[in-house]
Amino acid sequence: MSITEQKPIISKLEQQELRRLLAENKRIDGRSPLQYRNINVHLGYVEKAEGSALVELGNTKVLAAVKVGIAVPFADTPNEGILIVNAELVPLASPVFEPGPPSEESISLSRYVDRSIRESKSIDLSSLCIVPGRSVYSLYVDLYILDYDGNLIDASVIASVNALGITNMPKYVVEGQAVKKTDEYFKLELKDHPVSITYAFLDDKYVVDPCLNEEYASDFTVSMTVKSDDRFCAIQKNGGGMIPPRKVIELLDRSVELGKELRTVAYGQLTAGNG
Amino acid sequence: MGEHVVLFNEDGSRTDGRGLDELRPIRIKVGVLSNAQGSAYIEQGKNKILAAVYGPKEALPKHISLPDRCILRCRYHMAPFSTTERKSPAPSRREIELSMVLRNALEPLVMTSLFPRTVIDIFIEVLQADGGTRCAGLTAAVLALADAGIPLRGLAAACAVGKADGKVIVDLNDLEDKYGEADMPIAYNPTLDGITLLQMDGIMSKEEVEQALSLAITATQKMHKMQVDALRERFSVQRRET
Repeated sequence: MSITEQKPIISKLEQQELRRLLAENKRIDGRSPLQYRNINVHLGYVEKAEGSALVELGNTKVLAAVKVGIAVPFADTPNEGILIVNAELVPLASPVFEPGPPSEESISLSRYVDRSIRESKSIDLSSLCIVPGRSVYSLYVDLYILDYDGNLIDASVIASVNALGITNMPKYVVEGQAVKKTDEYFKLELKDHPVSITYAFLDDKYVVDPCLNEEYASDFTVSMTVKSDDRFCAIQKNGGGMIPPRKVIELLDRSVELGKELRTVAYGQLTAGNG
Repeated sequence: MGEHVVLFNEDGSRTDGRGLDELRPIRIKVGVLSNAQGSAYIEQGKNKILAAVYGPKEALPKHISLPDRCILRCRYHMAPFSTTERKSPAPSRREIELSMVLRNALEPLVMTSLFPRTVIDIFIEVLQADGGTRCAGLTAAVLALADAGIPLRGLAAACAVGKADGKVIVDLNDLEDKYGEADMPIAYNPTLDGITLLQMDGIMSKEEVEQALSLAITATQKMHKMQVDALRERFSVQRRET
């Protein structure tokens, strides 16, 4: 059962301060309402993984690693490789993360990242078939949240796409009835560079890329994932509250604009030659 | 994916004969269960969904309660026989996500500060699934809350909109949901002009999202009228009995 979350008590004073600042188009960390925090991307952070990336979005740190294997395809998609996204909210990252089975927050995060990658067709899964109905490549994208200062969604999408963008696929060959791993590798082809843009609403105003305090003080957040061709592949409102339809339309415009900027920053290293 | 599935007839109508902005037949009944404080049943196309509300009641264990308002617990669940292939009764990742999304969509409608330290349980049980179950489930859950006599800021109805074969359509059925290009479930409260549930997956341009959004608002306004009628029917019957 999903139960009303107990948000940590951030003081009423701080909530008031965040709203007061926003009325003057200011934020507690000095950013403007539509400004992202600094983004750092370290490609290939984990050498044991076939592809990995550590992304720092301000103080939020997300490590994404791709492990490649072979598996039996799902019955309804016998000619397609398997993509599975999983998110671990590691307890060392925040006092609100607890060990145990995946929380609904972690499930919702991994499902949103999965949709962003899958629906944008960033990976051509039909190119990952080895023997139809019997053997396909499996891509496990594991997201490790290492430090939590808000906006896990955007950081996780950036980390996953970067990790997939440098993934080296071990080549498998068919020998009679068996599928064997060879010493050769080939590059996983990335067809798109989706970015997610998250907005946190405080009353009728909103900020982009909320830090943790803003996230806690907000009524709800809206995330939108934009493809390289400016089309949308995932949208989700998280948290309570109501959003008027005209605000949604305003966010669509904003997301197209902000998406272009964010894409160059987030995937600069990929497109500069590594990718 | 893979093979191409035909989603439109030659005359441009949809596989079930509907127009692009046409809802499936909807039947709603409020007050269908004897033990729940509030309940509702909805049929939308081949969907058959029950919603029940228990509470407000004391929140136990005590640490889950909030001192200034009531909390909501919500479970969206699909019966094992509701789909073509049997679905395991254990909650899937999808059901866990939807339970959360539905709780988030219902919470802003409930005047929670009237019932501090209590809990309201909302159960949504899908008996037969035909695409758009979260939306139909929400439409029923809102009525179950109203039936339980819980003060609400307003009703909300939900409807999926999306895109199939390049056309923006309303109220996707199972086939259109599986083989269409995009699915966007929306819950809308017409009295406060607020969207309480918003999700989208699949690919749509900005213009298509805008178009789908406006179709969703018209559709949910129609459904809102049906909700009001269903409540009226429920309470007029009760008046005759007493």
